[in-house]
Amino acid sequence: MPRAASDAKLLIQSLNKAYAATPTNLKIIDLYVICAVATAVIQVAYMGLVGSFPFNSFLSGVLSCIGTAVLAVCLRIQVNKDNKEFKDLPPERAFADFVLCNLVLHLVIMNFLG
Amino acid sequence: MAGRRPAPPGLLVLLLAAAFAPISSAVRPVSDAHRSAAAELFAPSADGSFGDLERTYEAVRTFQILGLEKYKSVTGKACKFAAEKLASPASSATKDLFHAARISGVLGCSVDAGVYDGVVARLKAVIKDTNSLLEFYYTVGGLLSIKEQGHKIVLSDAESTFHAIKALSQSDGRWRYDTNSAESSTFAAGIALEALAGVVALADAEVDPSMIGVVKNDIVKLFDTIKSYDDGTFYFDEKHVDATEYKGPIMTSASVVRGVTSFATVASGKLNIPGEKVLGLGKFFLGIGLPGSAKDCFNQIESLSFLENNRVFIPLILSLPSKVFSLTSKDQLKVEVTTVFGSAAPPLKVNLVQVLGSDSKVITSENKELQFDLDNNVHYLDIAPLKIDVGKYSLVFEISLQEPEHESVYATGGRNTENVFITGLIKVDKAEIGISDNDAGTVESVQKLDLLKDTKVSLSANHLQKLRLSFQLATPLGHTFKPHQVFLKLKHESNVEHLFVVPGSARQFKIVLDFLGLVEKFYYLSGRYDLELAVGDAAMENSFLRPLGHLELDLPEAPEKAPRPPAQAVDPFSKFGPKAEISHIFRSPEKRPPKELSLAFTGLTLLPFIGFLIGLMRLGVNLKNFPSLPGPAAFASLFHAGIGAVLLLYVLFWLKLDLFTTLKYLGFLGIFLVFVGHRTLSYLSSASTKQKTA
Repeated sequence: MPRAASDAKLLIQSLNKAYAATPTNLKIIDLYVICAVATAVIQVAYMGLVGSFPFNSFLSGVLSCIGTAVLAVCLRIQVNKDNKEFKDLPPERAFADFVLCNLVLHLVIMNFLG
Repeated sequence: MAGRRPAPPGLLVLLLAAAFAPISSAVRPVSDAHRSAAAELFAPSADGSFGDLERTYEAVRTFQILGLEKYKSVTGKACKFAAEKLASPASSATKDLFHAARISGVLGCSVDAGVYDGVVARLKAVIKDTNSLLEFYYTVGGLLSIKEQGHKIVLSDAESTFHAIKALSQSDGRWRYDTNSAESSTFAAGIALEALAGVVALADAEVDPSMIGVVKNDIVKLFDTIKSYDDGTFYFDEKHVDATEYKGPIMTSASVVRGVTSFATVASGKLNIPGEKVLGLGKFFLGIGLPGSAKDCFNQIESLSFLENNRVFIPLILSLPSKVFSLTSKDQLKVEVTTVFGSAAPPLKVNLVQVLGSDSKVITSENKELQFDLDNNVHYLDIAPLKIDVGKYSLVFEISLQEPEHESVYATGGRNTENVFITGLIKVDKAEIGISDNDAGTVESVQKLDLLKDTKVSLSANHLQKLRLSFQLATPLGHTFKPHQVFLKLKHESNVEHLFVVPGSARQFKIVLDFLGLVEKFYYLSGRYDLELAVGDAAMENSFLRPLGHLELDLPEAPEKAPRPPAQAVDPFSKFGPKAEISHIFRSPEKRPPKELSLAFTGLTLLPFIGFLIGLMRLGVNLKNFPSLPGPAAFASLFHAGIGAVLLLYVLFWLKLDLFTTLKYLGFLGIFLVFVGHRTLSYLSSASTKQKTA
């Protein structure tokens, strides 16, 4: 058992080390994704606690978080310099897409909010 | 006859409705009914006023025409009301001055000459520089009314005023309200003609006869647009009923009648209008009967007063004081020919030229002249020699004036058709009632009935037998008669009733009740049934509901699944009583969590955001990349402000805006955002590439 524990520890340490090399802007996006998903989780927990009465409000709240998280992941894929597929795409263009998609997403969300 | 039972009220109402419904729209001259209707419609309010000036004028004018004493009692109040308006001519609308002057004229209020001088000066000033038909109408009408009250007025520029009004006329005889309006109207034509008549009456010198001729021509064209019903009624209505100033046929016709008769009074020579159209207008106004509103009442009565005495044609109305004639009491057919207000007509002859049956079949076309009763001003004829039976008929009368010079003064319309109703006693004959066996029809017991008296037969039958009832009905002239209603009623001791229609053939009425087929309908109720026969018709003077006696019926025992007889209401009127209250079911509101919990979770959702901010600080994020040059910095801030504005718009959309407004604003914001976003991001992009290459 201690061996397994130390293995796990080693693994986490190496992961941490590798992640430290990640550029700051990608870290920001990661943080944003985590934050959005955490918000969604809190809302689901609330729903589980009190029931789903204003169901459309619940849906729009959760989908807003999940949607923006997905969009952020897409942004991360495009901005990542190691990703050769989007080499020619400037990060500013990717950010513009991200902003536009978020605006459209939230127009729909607001319409659905009730 | 002594034992005859009155028909139940429901039956009577039905019969009366059937008898009088088609005749209720009959044309009768103005009568006391109109006077009481007018007194009711124009009832002054608690403080003795009638409302505004126009309504006051309509009230006093209607009272004046109908000769109601009532208007004398309101004189003081109305005069004061009018005088108030007249005293300040400069501040009042011409419409108010017009009505006020006319109220004073009708009531004979004493108005100072000085007051009228002021009003006249104001009205004359308005005439000079207006081009609106209504303004012309009000000013000319006001001046004319003041002149008629004995004030000396001369319209010096009558010719030009006449031309100004005439300039608004259209080629089809209708008028426009002003030079700018594209819409022409029949109502306006009536107003214009009245105004023109007023101008001619006010003129100091004679108005150009050729102009009068042109207007006469317009009137003829206007009468070409008249509309009609197929009973000889004529009326005016607007061509386009959706026009902005649509008044309805009564007001429109009244306006034309007022205008045309006024113009005919001042114009020399005769107007070339067919007499039947004038008569048709008279019939239209009388056909309204008792009007439902004060406005209609005024228009009806005033138009009729113009038709009563005018220079075009005076309509003579043929009417019947009674439209129901009894063959039993040998009623005389009476016909009145009067003017619209019921005054006597000049000497004339009335002939009955045709009698048509209810299906327009000609019964007789023998020409019969009606006798004239000078004392009562009635033409009469005995109906017995006409050999007409009970029923509904159309009588065609022909009126001929005795003196040829009256032909150009009075309009009789030649032939007039009137619907009448002839009633009589119906003979009831050969009434028999009996019980027969089911199979061969061998009659066991047949009893003769006298249906003119109550009879008390007592019969007994079982479910294998039949009840037979037969009788004949004949009119006074011996034809078979088919009433509207022939019913046989069987009523059980427990008040369960059964109604059967007695079918009639050409020869007789006969019903056979086969009890075998009826046991279920009778709910297997054995016992005593009372028999009643109802025969009724509007033309039948001796309609009856007669008890025949009773029937002991022996029916088999009810099987288990037999329908139960319906519960009889204790009080037959209770079915008209209030119904049980309906309790409504509303959706119960959804269960909501306690407020504290919801607020706690709202705070909880902020936690990840705070975590996000802390994380950013730990990562050491900065804004170094934010453009430092003033131009790009401004664009960058605008870009962020734009995104903020869109998000704010979304919040507003959630709170109050609808989707369309939101999308409209979003469109503008979006264009702005794309522009500044493109500038900002392309600057950042070029900056980063420069950094790389450098």
